[in-house]
Amino acid sequence: MLAKRVIPCLDVDGGRVVKGVNFVDLVDAGDPVEQARLYDAEGADEVVFLDITATSDDRATTLELAARASESLAIPYTVGGGLRDLAGMRAMVAAGADKISLNSAAVENPGLISAASAAFGSQAVIVAVDAKRAPREGEADRWEVYVAGGRRATGIDAVAWAEEAARRGAGEILLTSMDRDGTKEGFDIALTRAVARAVPIPVIASGGVGTLEHFAEGILDGEADAVLAASVFHFGTFTIREVKEYLASQGICVRLDF
Amino acid sequence: MAIVIVDYHAGNLSSVLRAFGRLGADARVSDDPIEIAMADAVVLPGVGAFADAMDYLERSGEAAGIQDAISIGTPFLGICLGLQLLFQLGDEGVPGATGDCTGPVRAGLGLFSGQVRRLTSTRLKVPHVGWDTLDIVPGAEEHPLLLGIPWGANVYFTHSYALEPNVNPRIVLAKAHYGWSFPAVVGAKRVFGTQFHPEKSSAVGERLIANFCAIVEEARSSGGEFG
Repeated sequence: MLAKRVIPCLDVDGGRVVKGVNFVDLVDAGDPVEQARLYDAEGADEVVFLDITATSDDRATTLELAARASESLAIPYTVGGGLRDLAGMRAMVAAGADKISLNSAAVENPGLISAASAAFGSQAVIVAVDAKRAPREGEADRWEVYVAGGRRATGIDAVAWAEEAARRGAGEILLTSMDRDGTKEGFDIALTRAVARAVPIPVIASGGVGTLEHFAEGILDGEADAVLAASVFHFGTFTIREVKEYLASQGICVRLDF
Repeated sequence: MAIVIVDYHAGNLSSVLRAFGRLGADARVSDDPIEIAMADAVVLPGVGAFADAMDYLERSGEAAGIQDAISIGTPFLGICLGLQLLFQLGDEGVPGATGDCTGPVRAGLGLFSGQVRRLTSTRLKVPHVGWDTLDIVPGAEEHPLLLGIPWGANVYFTHSYALEPNVNPRIVLAKAHYGWSFPAVVGAKRVFGTQFHPEKSSAVGERLIANFCAIVEEARSSGGEFG
């Protein structure tokens, strides 16, 4: 049976691991590849490297990171952040990334999703959706897509955008609740479930995990295929093994033979 | 000579190369048909689509190099698409293809009979991506390629096409179940294939690669004769 995945995310700036709280207040620590190897040994199913302040100047640093990860990791990994065109994505895949994650650039140019999935296959293309609650009259559960690291609202409905991304060939949706990110209050379950039910591709729930129960809720109530977290792993609140053993105790199928 | 990882210029091979390197194996990437034909072992990684890969392998002479190597008993490991290419037919990447080999098709290396078709399911998500369990078939538990890998071990898959279930059961060492029960590990003599990616399957994958290296070592010491 296909296992539900636990994915640690490493926020990277200038080749170093950082973790933000509500996308600001960064605290530095560690080499991302070393950290990822630790996660691999602890039972991480995949690793995501998110280049949070990527500019064109940082490209070389991130490419070097992708190449080093490919030499060190025996699990799949994703690189995202700042990817703006097919050439940039191709370089990342050539450096060894199993998957690339698109965010702002895909919102500005949805054709990029189609081009990437044609070039590398759907399995290699993740569309990251940063969503923030934006209720309207008569529509309490509504979320809006934010871009530029959560700094700019787009007015686009998050569920509709996830559907379009899937139609265009995205292989997975990495769904982050901007309201919950960094709060440790748990995933936005209504958001996760709304997107998971709307798209025929796997959804990775992200943003807000603080307890073991939150991980299980993302899968059981949010109907996510995978759960992603950064700080609880980064600061050692839980090991990945602890999370997976807890998920297994809740009847969730996870990989425990590592 | 060394373990040669066949480069057909469709993607990055560093993770496969490093997986062998971490085990201390003398592995290198090559697109030279002669080097492939004379290798101690040949690894055909999985990148790209069936038709494109076969076109390139034939045009470059690599397909002939692979056939030569296999014909003299050289150990072979095909990964993902590399497993699929061992079989007779596929239609991934063929213009006008139906996905189930009922339309235009492309011939594979044809070492084994059987064909590859697109995973289809109304219930399951395609591609089949993630960690799934290996159903090691009765009698294959002690196979040299699967030593130390228990029934139900989790390995990493990422594919949209799989072998049809009607391949010769004698070559099927393990199956996976997604849409249908498809062969996940095949093997006959010293020719092996895995539908999953051992180089991305953490400790279980490393064990399989180590087992393959042991088969290569055994073949080298027995002078290339089939054991």
